[in-house]
Amino acid sequence: MKINKIIISFISAAVILLSTSVASFAKVVGDKIVLGAAISLTGKYSSNGVHTQNGYNMAVDRINSMGGVKVGGKTYKFDIIYYDDESNPKRAAQLAERLISQDGVEFMLGPYSSGLTKAIAPVTEKYGVPMVEANGASRSLFTKGYKYLFAVLAPANLYLDVAIDLAVEKNNGKPVTVAMAFEQDAFSQDVRLGVLEAIKRTGSKQVIDDKLPKELNDMAATLVKVKQMKPDVLVVSGHTKGALTAIRQISEMKVDVPMLAMTHCDAAKLSKQHGKNSQYALCASQWHKTLTYKDDFFKDGMTYDADFTKEFGYAPPYQAAESSAALLVFKDAFERANSFDQKKVRDALAATNMQTFYGNIKFASGGQNVDKPMVLFQVMCDDSGKCENKVVAPTKWASAKLIHPIPSWSQR
Amino acid sequence: MDFLVFQYPMITVQACLDGILLGILFALIAYGMALQWGVMNIINIAQGDLVILGGYIAYFMYLYGIHPAWGVIVSPIIMYFVGIAIYKLVINKVVDRDLFISILATFGISILFMQLMNFAFGADVVLANSHYGTTMLFDNNVVLPNSKIFSAFISILFAICLVIYMKKSKLGRAIRATAQNARAAKILGVDTEKVYAATFGINAALCGVAGALISITFTIHPYMGLPYTIRSFMIVIIAGLGNLPGVAMSGMGLGVFEEFADYILGTEFRIGSVFLLLVLILVYRRFKLSRKREYLK
Repeated sequence: MKINKIIISFISAAVILLSTSVASFAKVVGDKIVLGAAISLTGKYSSNGVHTQNGYNMAVDRINSMGGVKVGGKTYKFDIIYYDDESNPKRAAQLAERLISQDGVEFMLGPYSSGLTKAIAPVTEKYGVPMVEANGASRSLFTKGYKYLFAVLAPANLYLDVAIDLAVEKNNGKPVTVAMAFEQDAFSQDVRLGVLEAIKRTGSKQVIDDKLPKELNDMAATLVKVKQMKPDVLVVSGHTKGALTAIRQISEMKVDVPMLAMTHCDAAKLSKQHGKNSQYALCASQWHKTLTYKDDFFKDGMTYDADFTKEFGYAPPYQAAESSAALLVFKDAFERANSFDQKKVRDALAATNMQTFYGNIKFASGGQNVDKPMVLFQVMCDDSGKCENKVVAPTKWASAKLIHPIPSWSQR
Repeated sequence: MDFLVFQYPMITVQACLDGILLGILFALIAYGMALQWGVMNIINIAQGDLVILGGYIAYFMYLYGIHPAWGVIVSPIIMYFVGIAIYKLVINKVVDRDLFISILATFGISILFMQLMNFAFGADVVLANSHYGTTMLFDNNVVLPNSKIFSAFISILFAICLVIYMKKSKLGRAIRATAQNARAAKILGVDTEKVYAATFGINAALCGVAGALISITFTIHPYMGLPYTIRSFMIVIIAGLGNLPGVAMSGMGLGVFEEFADYILGTEFRIGSVFLLLVLILVYRRFKLSRKREYLK
């Protein structure tokens, strides 16, 4: 009996100790709201991981310096605990677990890439931790019925369907023929689904449907087919390496196609690597600095671009902009919930309806942002060889007129 | 299934030429692997990573305004010393051991290289532009980027030089002697330690050349090495050790096979079909060997 009592008291003491130690780490310490994030600082996503982190940090500094977050009449400041997930989904899930159960984080920011977000979402869902993510666009994230996942970006299937619509519009409303080359990964295949839907909707026809391998660095075979079939549109999605490989081989093989639409051109810094060869390529983007959305913290895209460049020494890719927007969404939700109760914050997030410099944000029941269209920009170069990305669609935001069809290589 | 290749005969020509040019480049990497496998009995999993490192050397020259084609000369020189350093630090400790240990050791080197390159050069995909233009054949129906032709030409040049070097030079003879029988060579006064180091260095230098060529024709990324290791491994397996013309033939054959698999089965089966081919060849080899064995009995 006595031993039993000792054991029981020992266990209860341990439990109390443990629970207090967790509580002392909890999300709101003093005047700080501690958010957790697993980010790819090393490994294959490390460049975009760093963009994400810079975007988060920029927004944290800005919000804190402009008065912080007001909840219950008190002002709080944001703080983020970062861990390096090594671009590895397994590691990311472990770190999410650690952030929540050891560090006591009650609100999370997303990692970089759809794959890693997919690994973390079940963990945050299990613990009921609201996560605002800015870099996971795969459609499958939003069809699983997650309640605590919110994405400020448009889902992957909306990336390139605009291009098909645009091609049909340029073809006087008549259906077009489409050649597709997509990498075999979750994100690119989602982009493909969106394109397929657009093809069906417009009554167009797919003439090539190639799936590119993960270690893709040669798509000559696809391009030979394109040369023979002469489609109206060529759509390519395969992350940065897909965009770079496509431009290199299209220019080398002199493939003439009236419209070329791609993803990841921003990150690929196409025009920097390929100069004038990348001219006329259409690129899907979540954000562009010339869009005229506004908010109180970053003012507008141009100001954000200038401030970011000043702080980090390079122009912000959209990955950074959307990451900054995630913090604005959190701040807004905390203030509307006027509480740090996870359920209340979650409900406030679900009811979000705001404009940020990055775009309008309003979540559908699946957690994806439905209020922000994708933009398409076209790479345009002047005679000196200096290239710029100009928004050409949707027409509401366009800063330049689409050049269509692309001049053939013999005329360039 | 797609039969475009039969509807448009020019695609067949294009596929063959693309495959051969690609295959020659693969064969160069496989040549290095066969050499060191034959001499030292080491299967180098880090082969592809050495290729990528060589590519980065050419890329950095390109960044500093030097034409990346010069990388074909600079990169092997640097890589030769990198190879010797790897040999002195790691390989000489595993060279007489079990094959499994050398695979583990080179696998470790491969991971280390990937992470170091990622750390030093970043995770961006990069490439070097040669501005070599394009050759059009058959009324513009067949296109060949000159960079690919250049790559194949340089690969052949290096391969020929190496064959001559192995035949004529003192070190070449020592390497061949060591490959035949290391113990006997040692007894007869060949410094096998030196031979091993030189072999590993030559292999790394060949990887350097191939890497520079790949940065001109394709793209470079710290994590892109493994496919090159696998392909060269396959080429050596198909050709057999010590069979240099075989390496060249199987390299080109594999290149053409890949291209046709791409056109007929679809791009998604490109790499898979290569693996299938490997299995078929190994099964066929075994079958042939067992028949021979029966005959001997």
